[in-house]
Amino acid sequence: MSELRFEQVSVRFGGRRGMTAVDGVDLTVPKGQVVGLVGESGSGKSTLARAAASLTPLSAGQILFNGRPLRPKRGEHRPLQMVFQDPHSSLNPRMSIGDSIAEGIPRAGRGDAASRRAEVERLLGLVGLDPQRASSYPGQMSGGQLQRVALARALAGQPEVIIADEITSALDVSVQGTVLNLVRDLQRELNLSMLFISHNLAVVRYVADAIAVMYLGRIVEQGPAEQILSNPQHPYTKALLAAVPGNGSTGLSPGMSDPAVQAVSDAEPADPHHPPTGCRYHLRCPIGPLVLPGRDVCREADPEPEGHSHAAACHFADGSLMAGKAGLL
Amino acid sequence: MSTSKTAATAGMAARWLAALKTPVGAVSAAMLLSVLTLAVLAPILWSGQAEEINTRAILQGPSPEHPVGTDSLGRDLFFRLLVATGLSVKLALAATGIGVCVGLVLGAVPSLLSRRIGRLVTAFVNIAVAFPGLLLAMFFAVIFGVGQTGAVLAIGFATAPSFARLTQTLIATQSERDFIAAAKLAGVGRVQRLIRHILPNIAEPLVVTATIGAGSSLLAFAGLSFLGLGVQPPAYDWGRLLNEGLNDIYLHPMAALAPGLAVVIAGLAFNLFGEAVAKTLGAPTPFAGKGAAPQRVRPTAVESSADVEPSTSSRESSAVLTVSDLFVSFPGPAGPITPVRGVSFSLAQGEAVGVVGESGSGKTQTALALAQLVEYPGSVTASRLEFLGQDQLSSPSPAKRQLLGTSFAMVFQDPMKSFNPTMRIGTQLAEVAQRHQGMNRRQALARAADRLRAVRVPAAERRLRQYPHEFSGGMRQRAMIGMGIMGNPALIVADEPTTALDVTVQQQVLRLLSTIKEENNVAILLISHDLTLVGQVCERVLVMYAGRIVEDLPATDLAERSLHPYTQALLAAVPDMETDRNQPLAVVPGRPADPSNVPAGCAFASRCPKADDHCTREDPQLVQQEDGHRVACWHPSRGTGQRVSVELKLPAAALQGEAS
Repeated sequence: MSELRFEQVSVRFGGRRGMTAVDGVDLTVPKGQVVGLVGESGSGKSTLARAAASLTPLSAGQILFNGRPLRPKRGEHRPLQMVFQDPHSSLNPRMSIGDSIAEGIPRAGRGDAASRRAEVERLLGLVGLDPQRASSYPGQMSGGQLQRVALARALAGQPEVIIADEITSALDVSVQGTVLNLVRDLQRELNLSMLFISHNLAVVRYVADAIAVMYLGRIVEQGPAEQILSNPQHPYTKALLAAVPGNGSTGLSPGMSDPAVQAVSDAEPADPHHPPTGCRYHLRCPIGPLVLPGRDVCREADPEPEGHSHAAACHFADGSLMAGKAGLL
Repeated sequence: MSTSKTAATAGMAARWLAALKTPVGAVSAAMLLSVLTLAVLAPILWSGQAEEINTRAILQGPSPEHPVGTDSLGRDLFFRLLVATGLSVKLALAATGIGVCVGLVLGAVPSLLSRRIGRLVTAFVNIAVAFPGLLLAMFFAVIFGVGQTGAVLAIGFATAPSFARLTQTLIATQSERDFIAAAKLAGVGRVQRLIRHILPNIAEPLVVTATIGAGSSLLAFAGLSFLGLGVQPPAYDWGRLLNEGLNDIYLHPMAALAPGLAVVIAGLAFNLFGEAVAKTLGAPTPFAGKGAAPQRVRPTAVESSADVEPSTSSRESSAVLTVSDLFVSFPGPAGPITPVRGVSFSLAQGEAVGVVGESGSGKTQTALALAQLVEYPGSVTASRLEFLGQDQLSSPSPAKRQLLGTSFAMVFQDPMKSFNPTMRIGTQLAEVAQRHQGMNRRQALARAADRLRAVRVPAAERRLRQYPHEFSGGMRQRAMIGMGIMGNPALIVADEPTTALDVTVQQQVLRLLSTIKEENNVAILLISHDLTLVGQVCERVLVMYAGRIVEDLPATDLAERSLHPYTQALLAAVPDMETDRNQPLAVVPGRPADPSNVPAGCAFASRCPKADDHCTREDPQLVQQEDGHRVACWHPSRGTGQRVSVELKLPAAALQGEAS
């Protein structure tokens, strides 16, 4: 079981006046599964990814791989690789793509130059590129091709987990499809576990088995993809889903009646340097204290993800369950 | 993979060679070459003549026998000057070498060692940068005694801190890049990362700085020798000769002027060469500053060709904007690049039209051309360009500027770049009204507050006094739209207004644009790469490919009645919330057309499943189909309504297509 597990992971930047980019995240990426991580910019998804790749130190909690802390030593095999957003910046412009990929091959099984070249050619073939292009430089290739090269480099490390951070958002729409197909095929073929980060829900829906939604450094809802998409519990997840163009949102007609709902939906995203008290979403929440009276609990208490379906961190998620509890009391 | 390494060096060499093609570069390179040749050859060839003592010709002025004169021992100064080149250049290069090596080490150490030691080194470098070089020279003169060694070390160590600081900065910028993170993940150690990944990427600016540094060292050395702190007799360099010649400057001025001139020429050779190379390395490409700080280029008229005129006569009467045969081109290294190739359309009052296309399809350049904001080397031509019935092709007049200023609004992708960061939002908004509507400051600010409220910015009065960086991305974009509606715009051109924003905020901005359109009857031209988004907001959609409109259709037809294979392919390639997860996504084979090299015939032919010989030979015109629907295709046919058409489901072939 090669699973990646985040346990109460926090990442803080700066000193006393710094900010907490990731705040007590619990998340599991099971073996051979794709977990999609969505949320807006500043929500901490990329920081979480970099923390998993040990590019950013944790300030609390731990990240376990197969139950053991992930602390790779020099020259040791690294079970986790990452693919970045901008392929133009993730490949060294002064190194041929063949050399870049060869660098990713683990030192232990590296072998001589000939076997390394053969491995590079195999990897290029695997991502659908002509093996003859190993001597090309990044400047001579298109964005879509470079993203394939970046994938090949990640695969060179024989990883069991791949972290894909917005890998299609810098690509043109006509190219995005080919990269998504490739990622999906490879993931299934090699039985990789994957943390797939994107702000585009439609893209996440297409690749992910499970979805986690992040808001201001916390995971506010997580669960199996179909359930999250068909029956979202957290109001932020609902807002994200409604914002997908063409997703049945009656959308742009300005005929919203309630001025309170209107004000809340026009509210600014909260500042991660000064997160609001209580539920972090309450200033933008259409079912929160600014719209409905008597919901002061959202201002005061931090909602726990326990006790709701999909681990939704909302006081008023899954109304029936809460009502049931109330009935019991 | 040694061949690949030579290819990289070849690329670098090509850029250095480009520097030689500029006049300054060519002259300075020639100067530098002759100085270096002289430095090597002169001591070998003329040492004898330079040291030949002739007591009968002491302290003579210039004569045919001695062009520069002689010194106090009757030695020929011209030959001494030539031979001195060797020592002068050698010492300058040695000092630069020390400076570069020490600087590189000091600059690289912080990235290799632990954070605390790194910080110490950085602090040391920062103090050293502030330390005067001359003081250092005197210090070393005391330690090593007056002479060459002390001077070389002094100048070397004096140049090292600034070089170290540059190295540190360059390394820091490179360390941020993703490929360094990727190398870290691949288990590449710190030293290897520095050598393999960072140094090659910062070599160019370092080499340029070192070249310029050599020129400065040369001057510094001449100065030290002149002061008597440098080269000691019997050795001599230019500074020494200058020192000796200065005693009799009123009798034999040439004896002092000639070494001075030599120092100036050699110093200039190094400095100018370094500057010339630095300039070509930093030269912007024509496409570099897309949309940033645009300079106006006025569109010029071309002969009208009647057949491409949009035959939308019913719309003409109420047209806000009419464009025919719009071309935008930029000079390129291999002939002109034409990102917009004959675009014709019109916009009715209160109509929302979307322009979609991939990067390089010319959609942004079209928008900039309409706003007359195409950057300088670009040129814009059209057979017709009318805004509110006013011809925009003739020379500009105050009335026209007024009309554009109040009736035409533009919203850019990155609102951070389109506001002046040093001015308050209120001042920037009020400027529009003060300039074009003759309001005074108070009235204009009141109007600005009103407009901010109209775009639903909370606490508008307080917000007016804030600076752009105090606004969040979505708020800034709202303020930008607010600025657009300071006047009474008839048209808002929005270029990817939501691409930089989060999905939930994107929805807010689009809702706002729709509201403004409804309430004020404003026409909107919405440029985006996202078909679904455009279909949601607009009534009509223009699909652009390789600088042309390939299809113009009502938004309601988008899903099932599109005619162009490119439109259908785009629709199928983008996953939405209904996409079948068990099917591979449809892909568009090949890659987008390169605006600098548009193929003959239909530009989409190489990626099109329906393409035949006719398509590769002749370019289809945009032809009227039925009410309002225009398409440029030889084989237009209805999309089947199925998301994945059979022809497009060729992933293997597609992979090859993009790979080749």
